[in-house]
Amino acid sequence: MKITIDGHTIEVEPGTTILQAARMIGGASVPPTMCYYSKLKDCGGKCRCCLVEVTKGSERDPRPMPKLQPSCVTGAQDGMEVLSGNSQRVLDARKAVTEFLLINHPLDCPVCDQAGECNLQDLAMTNKDFKSRFKEQKVTTPSEDIGPYISLNKNRCILCYRCVKLAEQLTPNRVHGVLYRGDHAEISAYIHNAIDSDFSGNMIDVCPVGALTDRTFRFQSRVWFTKKFNAHRDCPHCSGKVVLWTFGNDVLRVTARKDEFSEVEEFICNECRFDHKKKEDWVVEGPHKFGKNSVLNINNNALAAPKEVEIQTEKLTLEGRDVDRKKISMKDVPMAHLEEKK
Amino acid sequence: MERVIIKQFTQQVNITDEVMARIGELTSHYPEGKQKSALLPVLHLVQDAHDNWLSVDLMDKVAEILQIKPIEVYEVATFYSMYNLKPVAKYKFEFCRTACCSIRGAEDLMDYTCSKLGVKEGEITPDGLFSVAGVECLGACGYAPMLQLGDFYHEHMTPEKIDELIENCKQGKVEFYSE
Amino acid sequence: MGKKILTEKINIPGIREYDVYRQNGGYKSVEKALKEMTPEQLVESVKASGLRGRGGAGFPVGMKWSFIDKKSGKPRHLLVNADESEPGTFKDRYLMEFIPHLLIEGAIVSSFALEANLSYIYIRGEYMFVFKILEKAIKEAYANGWLGKNILGTGYNLDLYVHCGAGAYICGEETAQIESLEGKRGNPRIKPPFPAVSGLWNEPTVVNNVESIASIPWITLNGGEEYAKIGIGRSTGTKLISASGHIKNPGVYEIEMGMTVDEFMNSDEYLGGMIDDRPLKALIPGGSSVQILPPQYIFKTANGDDRLMSYESWSDGGPVTGSSLGSGGFIVYNDTACIVRNTWNLSRFYHHESCGQCSPCREGTGWMEKILYRIEHGQGTEEDVDLLWDIQANIEGNTICPLGDAAAWPVAAAIRHFREEFEYHIRFPEKIKNRNHFREEPMEKVRQLLVK
Repeated sequence: MKITIDGHTIEVEPGTTILQAARMIGGASVPPTMCYYSKLKDCGGKCRCCLVEVTKGSERDPRPMPKLQPSCVTGAQDGMEVLSGNSQRVLDARKAVTEFLLINHPLDCPVCDQAGECNLQDLAMTNKDFKSRFKEQKVTTPSEDIGPYISLNKNRCILCYRCVKLAEQLTPNRVHGVLYRGDHAEISAYIHNAIDSDFSGNMIDVCPVGALTDRTFRFQSRVWFTKKFNAHRDCPHCSGKVVLWTFGNDVLRVTARKDEFSEVEEFICNECRFDHKKKEDWVVEGPHKFGKNSVLNINNNALAAPKEVEIQTEKLTLEGRDVDRKKISMKDVPMAHLEEKK
Repeated sequence: MERVIIKQFTQQVNITDEVMARIGELTSHYPEGKQKSALLPVLHLVQDAHDNWLSVDLMDKVAEILQIKPIEVYEVATFYSMYNLKPVAKYKFEFCRTACCSIRGAEDLMDYTCSKLGVKEGEITPDGLFSVAGVECLGACGYAPMLQLGDFYHEHMTPEKIDELIENCKQGKVEFYSE
Repeated sequence: MGKKILTEKINIPGIREYDVYRQNGGYKSVEKALKEMTPEQLVESVKASGLRGRGGAGFPVGMKWSFIDKKSGKPRHLLVNADESEPGTFKDRYLMEFIPHLLIEGAIVSSFALEANLSYIYIRGEYMFVFKILEKAIKEAYANGWLGKNILGTGYNLDLYVHCGAGAYICGEETAQIESLEGKRGNPRIKPPFPAVSGLWNEPTVVNNVESIASIPWITLNGGEEYAKIGIGRSTGTKLISASGHIKNPGVYEIEMGMTVDEFMNSDEYLGGMIDDRPLKALIPGGSSVQILPPQYIFKTANGDDRLMSYESWSDGGPVTGSSLGSGGFIVYNDTACIVRNTWNLSRFYHHESCGQCSPCREGTGWMEKILYRIEHGQGTEEDVDLLWDIQANIEGNTICPLGDAAAWPVAAAIRHFREEFEYHIRFPEKIKNRNHFREEPMEKVRQLLVK
């Protein structure tokens, strides 16, 4: 099956969605996603960020689709032609969706732990000249205590339903859901105040905004000041593959590893996430790399594994001139050294 | 929308045999294993049997009876506007105030009723008997202005008819649930 | 007198009871369908009738039926949509309240045509008294062998139940209704898959409006071709119109499609003209979700043709100078009505009823309501009207279900046709303090203020 997106033609399997095809192509054709999550079933179609214009339905029925289509839930057809990043209509619609998502969002990024790794920030950024026209009072919802591990801020929630789908599909007993309706809809556990199951922590990772954040990491550090390392441990519950967010010798936070579309690669258990905050518990593999434009890379340039950092520092100090000389040839600098190890 | 601090309200949950039998009848309307489908009718039923509102305990009980998770009941109960999540007045005057009723004077009539009862919209009279609320279209547009009281519609309302209705309520002469 | 199909027998005393209904020819179509016809013949007959869905969208019923997946062998269902919540529409309630057996008869024949053995009537929770009327009527139908196992000895089994909602306009949307019947929140599903393939409990389901289903017995007895002879063009048959607002005789009327709007509005047999003979200011022809029209486009189209009561004629001119017959909810406004207040009122309705699933509708409906509230209460600014226009355009077409469009269209049409009223509200806040300001000073009297 062939599908053409922004002029790039690609061969895909039947059952592929437009979004998946666009992700295979990559670049500016990839629609932004706020609610879709490839690792969760029936997740998507709600935020309308990924709208695309279908200019040709298929080889069999070439009529264009009059409405913009949500690419995450629209299946590719043979011969389909789609405009994503190349259509002004699409870009305008996405801009409108961004505006809608932001009108009731508190915009409290300065005190939000998600800042720097927030999909909504990134989405707003792609719209460049953004000027809010919203003068009314925002809808606000009091916060709710859902236990010692996860902090819930309902005002920041954009109702992507990811955490609900996750709780349904990954944990045995879902205790939270979406309550009320319309712009008063909110994520809540109603009166039960603890969301506690072996995999509940993954809600933090799938949340695209700062509605669900790690309570143990609350106000510990801005994410871009931390150094991030891939690490693993033998875990009886999950893959044990994580990212350690460290500051000096302290592990401030443990999360699952995310791919270039900021989706978790493998979900991790709460034990790995919350109970192993010592470097000794982990086998450190090396620095974790984020997307090209992510602010999170800022501290990861020329990084070495934490133990080696200490040793290297000493070495570097002692062997000053020698290292400088070698750097010119870029042969033995720590980065290159690490690449090999990987 | 008014936020409710749910925990402060409690209710004596009492599912009588009669109610239980009716729940059994309602669930029998759906195929085996689809008993969750009966949730909306069952919530109506237990709400009617419990002073017209649903406490958390009552919803938990419904979840237990229908063998579903409590959160599934909360999600539904908070979504639909006819479920009351806190105690309500015995006589809830619910005025339709959407377009057609509005242009035929529903708002003026609501103001009249509020001042007659000495309450603001949404408040309950001190004796717990009356409250006045504006609701969205009830499907009686041609018979405006109108209000809903219990299961029944009172249509072509006038201030005089409101007076009469209030009087009848006070004397307990008003039908509330249809047969 | 026009032809009556649905309301022909509605005035017979006691027609709500089974015995009276049966004595007056009730359930004959079930006998004919089950004994003399095949499901395919029934579907063909409905296709030939040209009957279009009476819920608002006007999609041909026969075509919808032919899409149902019979190949998979999964159980099939008919879901009768009685969640009538569109402001201005109260026709289904009228049918169900006064002649409930007609709907049940139609539901049996339709279920047979779809080869469904388990069907439901989904009625809105506010119609609790009608719910109980229907429940009683269904019991009577069971007792008389029209429902249950081996109906009329033909081997056909059908269970029909009535299910009540609990106050949510969105449950009138077919996939939201299915979700609601499954005991969930009324969040519309993403299509495809369409309900005809994967609906109730992921089984093939057809959702039809009460009025559509109630037309089936007549079509079955008289043939689809006969039905197609009534009406005009692709708007065949009769239509129930719920009329409300500033008219002399509000109520439900059955009309033959193709009648002129002028006759319907002004003849004594129907609406009887305007109340107190005040001038007509605006009209919504198909329930609150369709475009409001100013007087110059009500009786005539933009081309100068007579406007007729039909799907095609009402949509002549598109959204710019036309509207839509929709669900047949006729709301008539005279010069005392304030279009700004009315638009705010409708926006409040859609804001209240948005399910909150997709962002444009969830956020946009609330935003529009807040702006309209400000304008109506004298705090509007000149930019607000253009902003409203932008917001509605950003919602329209970009949502999961048609509620987004339904919220956007009334605002767009009000601004398109009555922009001067918005400007009047913005520029003269002291004049609009009283919500009934147009009663004392209709727009005609104050229009010159805007010119200065």
